[in-house]
Amino acid sequence: MRVLGRLTIRQKLTSIAMLSSITALVSASFAFLAYDLHSFRQSLARRIMTDAKIVSFNSVSPLLFNDAETATATLGGLKAEPAVVAAVIRSQDGGRPFATYFRDGPSAARPAFPPRAAAGPVFTADHLLVSEPIRFEGKPLGTLLIQADLGEIRDRQRRYAGIVLAVLGGSFLLALAMSRLVEKTISRPIVHLADTARAVSSQKDYSVRAAAEGSDEIGLLVGTFNEMLDQIQRQDSDLKEARADLERRVETRTRDLAAANKELEAFSYSVSHDLRAPLRAIDGFSKAVLTDYSPQLDERGRHYLERVRAATQRMSQLIDDLLGLARVSRRELVRKRADLSEIASQVGAELSRRQPTRQVRVDVQPGLTAEVDPHLLTIVFENLMGNAWKFTGKKADARVEVGRQADGSAPTFYVRDNGAGFDMEYADKLFGAFQRLHAEADFEGTGIGLATVQRIVTRHGGHIWAEGAVDKGATFYFTLERNP
Amino acid sequence: MSSRPILLVEDNRDDVELTVMALKESKITNPVVVARNGVEALDYLFGTGTHAGRDASDQPVVVLLDIKLPLLSGIDVLRRMREDERTRRTPVVMLTSSDEREDIAATYDLGANSYVRKPVEFEGFLVAARQLGLYWTVLNEPPEPAGGR
Repeated sequence: MRVLGRLTIRQKLTSIAMLSSITALVSASFAFLAYDLHSFRQSLARRIMTDAKIVSFNSVSPLLFNDAETATATLGGLKAEPAVVAAVIRSQDGGRPFATYFRDGPSAARPAFPPRAAAGPVFTADHLLVSEPIRFEGKPLGTLLIQADLGEIRDRQRRYAGIVLAVLGGSFLLALAMSRLVEKTISRPIVHLADTARAVSSQKDYSVRAAAEGSDEIGLLVGTFNEMLDQIQRQDSDLKEARADLERRVETRTRDLAAANKELEAFSYSVSHDLRAPLRAIDGFSKAVLTDYSPQLDERGRHYLERVRAATQRMSQLIDDLLGLARVSRRELVRKRADLSEIASQVGAELSRRQPTRQVRVDVQPGLTAEVDPHLLTIVFENLMGNAWKFTGKKADARVEVGRQADGSAPTFYVRDNGAGFDMEYADKLFGAFQRLHAEADFEGTGIGLATVQRIVTRHGGHIWAEGAVDKGATFYFTLERNP
Repeated sequence: MSSRPILLVEDNRDDVELTVMALKESKITNPVVVARNGVEALDYLFGTGTHAGRDASDQPVVVLLDIKLPLLSGIDVLRRMREDERTRRTPVVMLTSSDEREDIAATYDLGANSYVRKPVEFEGFLVAARQLGLYWTVLNEPPEPAGGR
């Protein structure tokens, strides 16, 4: 069956036709041969038995008168039957044979007759043995035994086999030719359908159609296949159209986005330059008044001018932070393998350098690496560690800790401090721009730092969250996707 | 040498006044020439237009060049200066009002010697001047003893 599976449909059809025709022919031939052989054996047995009856009748008087010569002559009459090889007459006393006959002369090999043979015909491997009693008035006088050979049957078998083989060969060729003719009407449309299917799948050309012929199952199959192709062609063209439309839309959006980005860039440029200019004037001239007109000013006047200067400094910081946030959003993300431990250590060192009077213990876990934008991650650590630094300002044993959480899933980095902490109830407000959980008087800041950090983390495909309690410190966790 | 002027290219009157004030406060006594835009600056540097007849070989000790200017931007002025043999080696300190990284990168690419943020952070300016080897001339103080740097 496995061999059959590998054949083409044409070969299969031919094989089926050939197999069934040969099976029919062979079984018919064998049946005929068997019947013929059987009837031939029957007729031979009948013939020999008739001969035996005649000879036995004619042998009565030679036996009665003990005339062996006449008996032998009577047996010689069997010459007319060429199948008879030998014949013998035994007298009833069972002594030596009364008379014998040998077809091929007395010198030929003599067949051995069984001492007692059953009446009637008996077939052996290559002989027919017929035994006939010789009686006179119901009294047994002796027995006639005739042996005939079956050579004729074997000849006949050989001839028959030859004929059967010749007929088989002839019919094989004829059946082959016929099946080829018939097979074409089935296999051609299927082969054509297969070729069409192959063309469709290899060239992605959904416009070809299989030629339909006939209204049988194959015709139905071809029709359905063509219908299917119709649908695919429709869907394919719909899909292409949709994709083209999508591409057009993406292109338009990209253009719009690029324009918006450019506009935004121009906006932040102008914010950074133009918004700052008046601030510089306010601050600069306030300072000039403070220095040049100090004698004319009383304590309150000086205080007001200091407040003006502090406000302009704060406004300037706000502008810087907003620009930083905008820059973080529009800057292209360039990922590479970065040593976060190194970045955090440098940020820590810079913080100590800026505020040498502060005693803060900074612990950075070594070997923190990730596939990130190192510049943006520097901003993350500047903000998170800067916050930790700031909010531990009122602690005697200030500690800032940077590390990676050792749980199985995506690596989670954290920045932990033992500072002022926050109320978890307001945890969701931490990352909004301008959101602050502490009074400006307690801890200075613009409230933009964490919004910037969140934007960077989000741009890396990660997320950020915080845990803390009032006066128990805070921990900021963040993930950065695409980490090993 | 010490009387060579400083060219301040700045369109904002407040900034001009504040810068002059800051220079004075830092005891820098070189005269300050102010150009209100890029074209005027180039006219001064090359002795053309409103400054026709000025000797272009007499270059200022340093050009304080604002990036954002009307007409020609500071970056354009810098490019033109670096293209001309007479102004190629004139020290230029860019004045920026932000730390816009693109600007800073562009000015260094074009051959700016340094940059400082406005309002002129005189600490920063003095560091820049020191790096340019202008410190002593600009500050109009006696030169440092040989080998003391």
